[in-house]
Amino acid sequence: MQRSLNIDPEKCTGCLQCEMACSFENEGAFNPSKSRIKVFTFHEEGRFVPYTCTQCDEAWCMQACPVDAIKMNFTTGAMEVNEQTCVGCKVCTIACPFGTVNYNVDSGKVVKCDLCGGDPACATACPTQAITYVDASATGLDKMRAWAGKTDNAQATT
Amino acid sequence: MTWTGKVLRVNLTNGTCIEEPLNKDWAAEYIGQRGLATRYLVEETDPQCDALSPENKLIFATGPLTGTAASTAGRYSVITKSPLTGAIACSNSGGFIGAELKNAGWDMIICEGKSPSPVILNIVNEKAELQPADDLWGTSVWETDRMIHERVGDPQTRIAAVGRSAEAGCLYSAIVNDLHRAAGRSGVGTVMASKNLKALAVRGTRGISNLKDPARFMASATEQKKVLAENAVTGQGLPALGTQVLMNVINEIGALPTNNMQETQFAGAHNISGEAMLEPRKSDGKANLTTNGACFGCTIACGRISTVDPTHFTIQDKPQYQGNSGGLEYEAAWAMGADTGVDDLDAVTYVNFVCNEDGMDPISFGATVAAAMELFQIGAITTEQTGGMELKFGSAEALAWCAEQVAIGEGFGKDLGLGSKRLTEKYGHPELSMTVKGQEFPAYDPRGIQGMGLAYATSNRGACHLRGYTVASEVLGIPEKTDPAVTEGKAGLVKAFQDATAAVDSMGLCVFTTFAWTLDNMAPQMDAACEGDWSVDRLLEAGERIWNLERDYNMKAGLTGADDNLPERLLKEASKAAPTEGQVCNLDQMLPEYYQLRGWTADGQVTDEVRQKFSLPG
Repeated sequence: MQRSLNIDPEKCTGCLQCEMACSFENEGAFNPSKSRIKVFTFHEEGRFVPYTCTQCDEAWCMQACPVDAIKMNFTTGAMEVNEQTCVGCKVCTIACPFGTVNYNVDSGKVVKCDLCGGDPACATACPTQAITYVDASATGLDKMRAWAGKTDNAQATT
Repeated sequence: MTWTGKVLRVNLTNGTCIEEPLNKDWAAEYIGQRGLATRYLVEETDPQCDALSPENKLIFATGPLTGTAASTAGRYSVITKSPLTGAIACSNSGGFIGAELKNAGWDMIICEGKSPSPVILNIVNEKAELQPADDLWGTSVWETDRMIHERVGDPQTRIAAVGRSAEAGCLYSAIVNDLHRAAGRSGVGTVMASKNLKALAVRGTRGISNLKDPARFMASATEQKKVLAENAVTGQGLPALGTQVLMNVINEIGALPTNNMQETQFAGAHNISGEAMLEPRKSDGKANLTTNGACFGCTIACGRISTVDPTHFTIQDKPQYQGNSGGLEYEAAWAMGADTGVDDLDAVTYVNFVCNEDGMDPISFGATVAAAMELFQIGAITTEQTGGMELKFGSAEALAWCAEQVAIGEGFGKDLGLGSKRLTEKYGHPELSMTVKGQEFPAYDPRGIQGMGLAYATSNRGACHLRGYTVASEVLGIPEKTDPAVTEGKAGLVKAFQDATAAVDSMGLCVFTTFAWTLDNMAPQMDAACEGDWSVDRLLEAGERIWNLERDYNMKAGLTGADDNLPERLLKEASKAAPTEGQVCNLDQMLPEYYQLRGWTADGQVTDEVRQKFSLPG
């Protein structure tokens, strides 16, 4: 079963445990500025929204890379950057429509979410299940259930 | 480690920013944050200095765990001499700027002197500089935040600022960071403004990687997060209702101070409770509470993100209050609600926004308004002083007006900015000031919760619930239930809470974890992360050392055992509410035993023996 990160902003409290887990896993430091997942605060609306790479099948980053440094991991479905091959040209950061591939000035390579090889640290660290790692073909199940509940209520009140 | 080992010394008089090594010997004895910064303050300042003079110093300090993945480890404290109390000020805040400072590579910032003109301190990793801020002077915290972000261009910069109330000399002004978190009490913002320092702007991208045993730390932090998640208070009550979970609880036991502590129960308590914040309102069908929000690294997330009813009179034609912002915590809701007799949730939320916007401590502000209302009730203040405003208990209009006046320091707002002690003295009725050491009470009436009476009387920063929160034991049964009406055993309870809390406040963790955690849950995280062996015993010893150092500072500042007292009202006027009827606070039954347990003299002086035991300086 292929799994993917499922993000439910309604459950996010903006605590940044995901950013710390990500940077610790990948950089060996608690350093939100180096996290591959970012939580955005929309202050006036009172919303916190985690955001990271969704691992497109026909990934723009992969297609744009001139040296084929980005390849799919067929086990996890993640698009992974091979640091040995990456030349730091940053074309993938331009190609990605979502901004989730970024350049790391310290290493001279690009970094993106690689699902931690199949055990994403952000999902493990999230205290509210705003980030979960679920069956890739059923990411909409919770939303469907929620709307199904509302539909039923509407029926009941008319 | 995980101290960064670096202190930033900012001389505002000369405009210099200099890096210094952290005193590691002191860190080993005083941990960090609250304790370590107090050690620096004691070393470098005269406790008798004028709090608002250039001689006073203002220290921003993180703890060794600040910025790590330990739950709630995003705290920082501001340590200085308080202009409100003349005692030590030590205000703790969450939000994000504490962790950002640590990520920039600094344990601590020591601000000294006074800038000749308004400045901000801009820190980007190792680069720190003072920059002109004439354009920011005279603007609110929120406006300053927006303007600095525009200036530095990095939306991820974290900002802490003082508002217009501090500039105008309000004695209980806060330092507000991340728009609605605050180092709130004792006037630390007033000190910052007196130095012409308008704000800190911090961006840190260096990260924290110097843990002693990273794998053991992660395992421990993960395990302890589970403990918080599985606890009824930290896992359910606080996320759902915030600290406001307490409003109905404390009211029901007859310990909710009302109308400047004339009563101990408030008929309108439910209307301003955490439960009420969840109820949809008529105008737009939305609840006051939009969501709960966390401070850095916090897996509890007690913070409230709220809106005011768009049709409410307080926010008409005021766009800055019409979106979401930091909502009511229990102490704020109590001070500006029950203590002023106002049960209008939207008015109290609006006033909370104003406190955040212009940096007032909502506890001291609300309690000072309550004192003013009682002065008005007895005719000592009339509409002549208020320019026509009827300062009546229960008036939402009066409450909102007071906030607006204090925020900009105009008219009667100047009087209100004096705090309850000086206000009631000015109008000839000092007995109406509900304060200890000049600082206003928080939301637990010691007639109904005896241990809190002792905790207030002996708190090193004046009346405060966060130095020794015996409510946990006396009301909630954490870690074990004691009878709130009984004084026996409370001296030991208060001391134990005070010492443990001093350690918690010095590590970088939030005291709210202690609903679920004891030092047994913290020591393993501290020990895995930090240089040295950190056992529970060592943390407790450090906590007691810190408490004694603060006490010693206060004594040198001119306070005495006579300042460990409560207002006559709480000692003589009995509670009239059914559950606590007839009770007063029997402080005299607890205080001598407390001094004894502390090893102090019968009049509350720190002895040479204690001084030697904890190697206290001079």
